[in-house]
Amino acid sequence: MPLRVTVTSHSDPEGDAIVSAAPLVGVNGLAECRVSRVYHLDAGDPLDRNDVDRLCREVLVDPVVAEYSVGDAGTAVGRAVEVAALPGVTDIEARELERAAQQLQIADLRVSTAVRYDLIGDLDDTAVAVITRRLLANDTIEQSHEGTLAPTFTVQADAHCEVESVPLAQLSDSELATLSSQRLLSLDTEEMRAIQRYFDEIGRSPTDAELETLAQTWSEHCVHKTFRAAIELTHTTADGRRTVTRHDGLLAALREVTEELDPWWLRSAFVDDAGIVAFDDHFDLAFKVETHNHPSALEPFGGANTGIGGVVRDILGVSARPIACTNVLCFGPVDLPDERLFPGVLHPRRIRDGVVEGIADYGNKLGLPTVNGAVVYDEGYIGNPLVYCGALGLLVNGSHPSAAQLGDRVVSIGGRVGRDGIHGATFSSATMDASTVDSVGAAVQIGDPITEKGCIEVVERACKAGLYNAITDCGAGGFSSAVGEMGEDLGVEVNLEGVRLKYPGLQPWEIWLSEAQERMVMAVSPGSLAALQQICDDWDVELTDLGSFSGTGDLVVRHGDTPVIDMSMDFLHNGLPRREMAATWVDPPSTAVESPPVNDEMLLGLLSHPDVASKEDIVRRYDHEVRAGTVVRPLVGRNADGPADAAVIKPLGTQYTPVAAVLSNGLCPRVGKHDPYAMALSALDEAVRNLVAVGGDPDRVALLDNFCWGDPTRSDRLGSLVRAVQGCTDGARRYAMPFISGKDSLFNEFEGRPVPPTLLISALGLVPDLDRAIDSAGMNVGDDLWLIGRGSGALGGSVADALYSLGATDVPAPLEDPLPRYRPVHSAIAAGLVSAAHDCSDGGIAVAAAEMAIAARYGVAVEVPADGCDAFTALTNEGPGRLVLAAHRSSREALAEMLGVHGRRIGEVTADSRISLQVQGAGGDTTAGAVISVDVQDATRAFTSSVPM
Amino acid sequence: MSAAPILIVHASGTNRDGDAAQAIELAGGSPRIVHINQLRRGRVTFGDHAGVLIPGGFSYGDSLGAGQRLALELRLWFAHELSEVVTAGKPVLGICNGFQVLVKAGLLGGTSENPPAAASRQVTLTDNARGRFECRWVTLRVEPTVRSSWLGSIRDTIIRCPIAHGEGRFVSADDSVTAELEAQGLVAFRYQDSGATPVVRPDSLRAASGVYPANPNGSAADIAGICDHSGAVVGLMPHPEDHVLDWQRPNGDPGATGLPLFEAFVAAAQ
Repeated sequence: MPLRVTVTSHSDPEGDAIVSAAPLVGVNGLAECRVSRVYHLDAGDPLDRNDVDRLCREVLVDPVVAEYSVGDAGTAVGRAVEVAALPGVTDIEARELERAAQQLQIADLRVSTAVRYDLIGDLDDTAVAVITRRLLANDTIEQSHEGTLAPTFTVQADAHCEVESVPLAQLSDSELATLSSQRLLSLDTEEMRAIQRYFDEIGRSPTDAELETLAQTWSEHCVHKTFRAAIELTHTTADGRRTVTRHDGLLAALREVTEELDPWWLRSAFVDDAGIVAFDDHFDLAFKVETHNHPSALEPFGGANTGIGGVVRDILGVSARPIACTNVLCFGPVDLPDERLFPGVLHPRRIRDGVVEGIADYGNKLGLPTVNGAVVYDEGYIGNPLVYCGALGLLVNGSHPSAAQLGDRVVSIGGRVGRDGIHGATFSSATMDASTVDSVGAAVQIGDPITEKGCIEVVERACKAGLYNAITDCGAGGFSSAVGEMGEDLGVEVNLEGVRLKYPGLQPWEIWLSEAQERMVMAVSPGSLAALQQICDDWDVELTDLGSFSGTGDLVVRHGDTPVIDMSMDFLHNGLPRREMAATWVDPPSTAVESPPVNDEMLLGLLSHPDVASKEDIVRRYDHEVRAGTVVRPLVGRNADGPADAAVIKPLGTQYTPVAAVLSNGLCPRVGKHDPYAMALSALDEAVRNLVAVGGDPDRVALLDNFCWGDPTRSDRLGSLVRAVQGCTDGARRYAMPFISGKDSLFNEFEGRPVPPTLLISALGLVPDLDRAIDSAGMNVGDDLWLIGRGSGALGGSVADALYSLGATDVPAPLEDPLPRYRPVHSAIAAGLVSAAHDCSDGGIAVAAAEMAIAARYGVAVEVPADGCDAFTALTNEGPGRLVLAAHRSSREALAEMLGVHGRRIGEVTADSRISLQVQGAGGDTTAGAVISVDVQDATRAFTSSVPM
Repeated sequence: MSAAPILIVHASGTNRDGDAAQAIELAGGSPRIVHINQLRRGRVTFGDHAGVLIPGGFSYGDSLGAGQRLALELRLWFAHELSEVVTAGKPVLGICNGFQVLVKAGLLGGTSENPPAAASRQVTLTDNARGRFECRWVTLRVEPTVRSSWLGSIRDTIIRCPIAHGEGRFVSADDSVTAELEAQGLVAFRYQDSGATPVVRPDSLRAASGVYPANPNGSAADIAGICDHSGAVVGLMPHPEDHVLDWQRPNGDPGATGLPLFEAFVAAAQ
């Protein structure tokens, strides 16, 4: 009989947070919420009460702030609700308590945890149900109950080993389609037929594991079918002219530009888990951005948590030490009225809060500074949020071994295998609907950052000691993807019997497929195994020897003596039929819009727009200081509340050189709604100008693409995707910046509603001298303000258009020849002539100038060139290529000469703490008086008064 | 004289060991990062070192409360070695998670010479008053009255550095414990209010008086760090190791780095 221990804290911020959140979900009667932690302890034999007290006093209860009781649940003060993880969901707290009990020599203790909420106030059954469902528990991973919950200890099941044979011969196309959908394979009929043919030829039926392995390896997630497909695009212009073009692989088009550019500092593009560029003669930098959208929609904390975990493993997969994280998030509006929420979907506020918490938890615990990101709110993300997670790594130049040798052992290190995380890859390759939770709940996992941290330490040491010949991460698809990829050339023989499991009872195909997080697979020569084991023991990491690289060219998997898989690597990797796809694109018509009046409220309204307003509440939950190398932080300025353009990172251990790394991003989904081609170039330019603004060198920039689109089998979605890829390839050529890695996440649809086509461009560059890195706040009173570039005159896709619902469709024209303007800006910053710089993005030059004033807490007096527009458009239009610089007057002549036609002096920094904006007319005449004059304090208030988290 | 060998203890989940090693090195010491498993197997010992630093991070994920499991391991396995370190007058410094570990292991927080048992602790570090992890820069003063001998040379020094924690609120069982800590000179660092601008002149600063964000977590009496009765063991929540070079500061004038703290630590370890 398990013993129940309840621990209650004297003060309780979590309970207070639930009380303040209750009105937001429509419950007004909650006066108080007391939170207690419940631990069910079971040792088989009756537990010695002394042992229980010892456990409580030594580890479970902080005597200064908490107390505990042993025994029954006691009387409820109000309505008591208990919440616990569903069986099979990782419960790290229980595991840690079991380990502590072991150290205290309390033998064989098993633990199950729960949280108890005593809800006090005027609450009816409905109110309790709403609080439970929306604030306390998530059915995807948790069970909840009013009263006490019976403990569920680690899943108990008999260890058994069954391999099912799945007959395919004779199945019709429709039967094949049914089989694919029943087994969540996400394979189309053509692909199912290829599998049917292969097994007909070798004269037997596939096993369940073979079918699952093929589904994983051939999933959109793993093999990027759409990006490899042959596509025919029918492009119709606004005036009805139609052209048809053939596109022989979108991925190939992106890679082709990189091969053309091929700068000397490029080390590896597209072939590894992450792209790699040179940092200096000794070190390289690895960069990767991934998405974790569908898991985050269902379980925001776990989804985002494991999103960071996954991308960090990509960095480990190129033998680099992870050194920083980024994230870009797209949510529905957090103030969305409940009646506009789709059934089966979590509220955007809950998704946002959970995602942010999940990212903070994983990144902070790994000890990685989260230094760069963005948050966008749009109704298009209500059913399907986007969660981009990025990681930067540092490796010794040329230290990444990537060729498994014949006879090498197949070695797995890190976390154990459970049933959670099965079908991750195929799940991300299908659209979602209200029943998605029920069918794929198992694909959602809770991360275990401390286990991954152990892997980081082991990989760094193993790489240094040369103990492995190849390495890759276990991502979606688990061993099937990792081992399948690594053994593509040689073939492998694996036995699953020795795999460490979280709990018994997994079928062989589940062990082989489960995307248990926090695992890496290595190719290790038999002679190095003992040394690797020693490192793993020292750093608390488990190692399993799975098998060997065989040289047969086949994938052979057994469980003990039972054959599980036996098929050729050639079919697995090359048997997938290439898709032929049709795409359509129709250019939107041009729309004339009328500009609203310009006044102070306009500026305040722009500053408090959710996409512009301060993200401080989110940013401060991320550790952006750990590793002691953050030079330009996400928040800058006198009170550290101004938005930074980009992050500058000085990697620990590189103090011998002044070079630092820069990370930035560009994301323009509002432009994408009108013109995905222009969006790609806009996003690329935004990433570049952000990078240049902090001192980054435009001649050392590498790019990542991340496409989040709807269902590509629908021709309009695919058409906009092709247009965006064309924008990327044209952009890479014009900016002379190679794409070094990328990722596509398609099928981002909820019941037929696709997300707005969303392309994230992430940029990685270098600052030649970290002492010359600048931010948007370093200016002084009396400095000149300079404007780089000209206004686009277009309001389509702008924040002003969204704020005033103007309906503009004309988007800013891309730059034809960007480098002649960015190079001199960089030279001026590198020469120390510029005191502050900020890019003009959301909200145009009005917001850019105001944000500089807020960050520095100085006034600015600006005469904005109209460039042929009315005052409203001049102040708020967005577009590529514009930056505001601040510089001492003594640099005036030098700057004028360096910047040439690209730079115009537009005002100065003032001591009067007013943001004063005028518009200079086309004929050179200036609007009489300031059109906008706002106190910096008022602007700061508007900027920072967003809904707090 | 060769550089003092400083032991930096790494348990699974420790993550500011590299930052701490860099600070020790700049201060003239010789840092050595050692996993607690290696100490347990006796391949490396506490006694081989002239000072001990327990750095920041999330030891064992802090799943049972910050620092709780590592504190248990120190009590179970290394109580004797640690008491020898303290008796020998070698400096011991816990930063952030390391501070939490030292308090929960009973090595810090007692007001008498004998460290308290786990269950009778009088002080702790618990959830920030705002109930969330927070990262921001703060200003600290080394208490003028601190009894720690190795902090003696840097009394009244101002340090600007970041905090990055969710459980950093210093709490005593009751006010008399706080008063006793103060009376005995056991308060080592307090959060300061630097007003609207980050200034580093000591005369323009005053204690944060519990006001957020100068006191970022609601700590009693603005206490950011304490020392033990012997003065050898010191702990604090903020991260002076992340401000040992001028370029690491986010804004304001150069100066007020954490380097003097590490120099004092290394000097005491010589």
